[in-house]
Amino acid sequence: MTRAPLTDLPMTEIPANAVTATGRGGGGPAPVRIVVAYGFWIFLLSDIIMFSALFAAYAVLSGETAGGPTARELFDVRHAGIETLCLLFSSYACGIGALSIERRRMGAFYACCAATFILGATFLALEVSEFAGMIARGAGPSRSAFLSAFFSLVGLHGVHVTIGLLWLVFMVAQVAAQGRKEFVLRRLHCFSLFWHALDIIWIALLTLVYLIGAR
Amino acid sequence: MFGKLTWAAIPFDQPLPMTASLFVLVGILTVLVLATVKGWWPYLWREWLTSVDHKHIGIMYVLLGLVLLLRGFVDALMMRSQLALATSGAPGYLTPEHYDQIFSAHGTIMIFFMAMPFIVGLMNFVVPLQLGVRDVAFPALNAVSFWLTATGALLVNVSLVVGEFAKTGWLAYPPLSELQFSPGVGVDYYLWALEISGIGTLLAGINLVTTILKLRAPGMLYMRMPVFCWTSLASSLLIVAAFPLLTATLGMLLLDRYLGMHFFTNDGGGNAMLYFNLIWAWGHPEVYILILPAFGVFSEVIATFSRKAVFGYRSMVFATLAICILSFTVWLHHFFTMGAGADVNAFFGIMSTIIAVPTGVKVFNWMFTMFRGRVRFETPILWSLGFIVTFVIGGLTGVLLAVPPADFVLHNSEFLVAHFHNVIIGGVVFGAMAGYNYWFPKAFGFTLDRRWGVVSFWCWLIGFYVAFMPLYVLGLLGMTRRLQHTDDPAWAPYLITAAVGALIILCGVFAQIAQLIVSIRTRDRRRDVTGDPWDGRTLEWSTPSPPPSYNFAIMPQVESQDDFWRRKQSGERPPPPRYQAIEVPPNSPNGFIVAFFSVVTGFALIWHIWWMAITGLACALVTLLVFGWIERTDRTLSAETLEAADRARAAGMQPP
Repeated sequence: MTRAPLTDLPMTEIPANAVTATGRGGGGPAPVRIVVAYGFWIFLLSDIIMFSALFAAYAVLSGETAGGPTARELFDVRHAGIETLCLLFSSYACGIGALSIERRRMGAFYACCAATFILGATFLALEVSEFAGMIARGAGPSRSAFLSAFFSLVGLHGVHVTIGLLWLVFMVAQVAAQGRKEFVLRRLHCFSLFWHALDIIWIALLTLVYLIGAR
Repeated sequence: MFGKLTWAAIPFDQPLPMTASLFVLVGILTVLVLATVKGWWPYLWREWLTSVDHKHIGIMYVLLGLVLLLRGFVDALMMRSQLALATSGAPGYLTPEHYDQIFSAHGTIMIFFMAMPFIVGLMNFVVPLQLGVRDVAFPALNAVSFWLTATGALLVNVSLVVGEFAKTGWLAYPPLSELQFSPGVGVDYYLWALEISGIGTLLAGINLVTTILKLRAPGMLYMRMPVFCWTSLASSLLIVAAFPLLTATLGMLLLDRYLGMHFFTNDGGGNAMLYFNLIWAWGHPEVYILILPAFGVFSEVIATFSRKAVFGYRSMVFATLAICILSFTVWLHHFFTMGAGADVNAFFGIMSTIIAVPTGVKVFNWMFTMFRGRVRFETPILWSLGFIVTFVIGGLTGVLLAVPPADFVLHNSEFLVAHFHNVIIGGVVFGAMAGYNYWFPKAFGFTLDRRWGVVSFWCWLIGFYVAFMPLYVLGLLGMTRRLQHTDDPAWAPYLITAAVGALIILCGVFAQIAQLIVSIRTRDRRRDVTGDPWDGRTLEWSTPSPPPSYNFAIMPQVESQDDFWRRKQSGERPPPPRYQAIEVPPNSPNGFIVAFFSVVTGFALIWHIWWMAITGLACALVTLLVFGWIERTDRTLSAETLEAADRARAAGMQPP
């Protein structure tokens, strides 16, 4: 099977020395698609650092329940497990979608985007129901330092998922209206990176918050 | 309807802030009226407000830094005069509430809205030119970064007229900054201004890292990059790694204040020490974010004005990167006294002294660069020489403070105040001024007046020593920082001397303003027609002054370090230019509009005007979506256009 090129960029537009733009970097400016993806990667790294501050806060405050409910009483690993499955399959669909649009299979692309969205939205709904249940039991974010850190850390991830879902809708609309333009494909690539990065953060969350907390 | 905002928010009964804000308002109105009457708006809109040219954005950053330097300096004058008057139990003229706001605003403005814009502006202007490329990696994003920084600066200054500023010091330590002890809007002004401008700074850092790692002229290997590019890379990497921590930390404090959470509160299990650790895990790298580009400026200036390649280029690069990494391992030295224990204190004390080693390497490299060079005493190198002496003194007192037992005596004393002003003024401000004098002709096409520049330098240098050396003594005598008045008559002479020093610096500031005015008035005599007024070494001097929007009509082929100098020395004639069409990004009002809505949102959040906050945020989001929807159509400049422009310039005419 031959590999389809990553974007529509005609090979003539990629300077002959693009390959040497890696390494010690004597080959001149890298092509736009590399620059964009690279810049977005750096943004994602900075985002992960922002999460690391909240992870640190959670690690410090996770025992500070101020007489309120503890992690063990509140967390439901099965619930978190279902959330995890939703998010991971959502990313799987996202990945298949990225491959589909490369090969111009637009039907498959739209179907994958729909699956990505539905699974992502399910994840979000599960998270909101978990939050609502905790608040109803009197375990809201202002109850104790532990719950402040928990709601902020998990909530920040949830905010990212929400932004990702809005972005996905925007991207699908843009592909539908403007077609497989190069700048649209570049941006889709960034979305894909973003969606997968949220998985990385979620796995850390699942482990450090839910699995360790529910022990 | 208007949340917490009422007429009572405007301090009509206090003559001092009212007069000050009246002056500022009159000033702003005069500028606006003048621009309207003279019909400057189309030009301002086209060339500046919507510009995505890294040079124009860099100049706007520096201008922002200079204006806010004046604001922060007025705060400094008020503090020094208050302390000179309020000795031996006298009350002085500033109330404690007012004085607390002034020292908080002074620190916040000088670090976030003077030093940061100035340094980011220099990097923005210089780095693409030195790398031999046509712009930064993301030109439109660059404009967003700048305007978000300007938003933060505006919000801080609005607090002068509407409401109050934080009374908590420049890092707003909890529990003092929690709602329980600071119920006013001051801390909210501080938090939202820094959250918004912090995002701008983060985006600028991402942009610069991508530019330096992925966009360089052909042949510009890593080990051929000018030292300033290396220090900019290290500084931008630190921005990317540290600013998210600031965003998160201030975000947690916001959640405490707005949603009643318990991250740092006294009750509910909160932990204020968590804030100290998180904020300094950002804060210590931050001082290197500021000083590393200044080190880069000195390396460029000293090499150019000594007519020698910088001594020990490789060791310079490695020292820069060593500082970049070590800067994340020293944060705890800001609170040795807070009970982390002897082992932890020993580790951070040792790391803090180790970081002096790469800095020392740099100092020797600069001295060996000048050794047997032909040093020309232009303004930029005067600032560099002043820096070397001053910074070494500041560094030594820093190493002293890094020893935990000594720190237990000196913690939070005037000795500390003297130390960090010693390194920030002697390092960052002197570096900013050296860079300003050095690259001004590149930015505007004429040199700055040397005589006024020299006067300004000496006033700043002497004023600095007169103002801050007494503070070292005061610290050793036991005076703590942030005192509104003092009782001990023995301290009075030192406090009065320090105030005199501030006045000498004021003369330096006036000299700088005079330098700018004189230079503009005599600009026809001081035109830089060659593009290379200092006999420079790096690629930015191979362009005309000011460079065209696309910087290089033909992308340079780099063959060595200091490539421009090598070409000049070898007398090698460049091959006849083969012009090719290039594409340049179009202007974009995106940044300006997003910043406008950020001001609205930030102001509304500070005053709890929820409908306005939601509207502002929604409008900012829609703006981003609209600009994301439209495909950017680059402007194509044909080979003929480029050739004609170059010919016109060679003939000494304005290019079409």
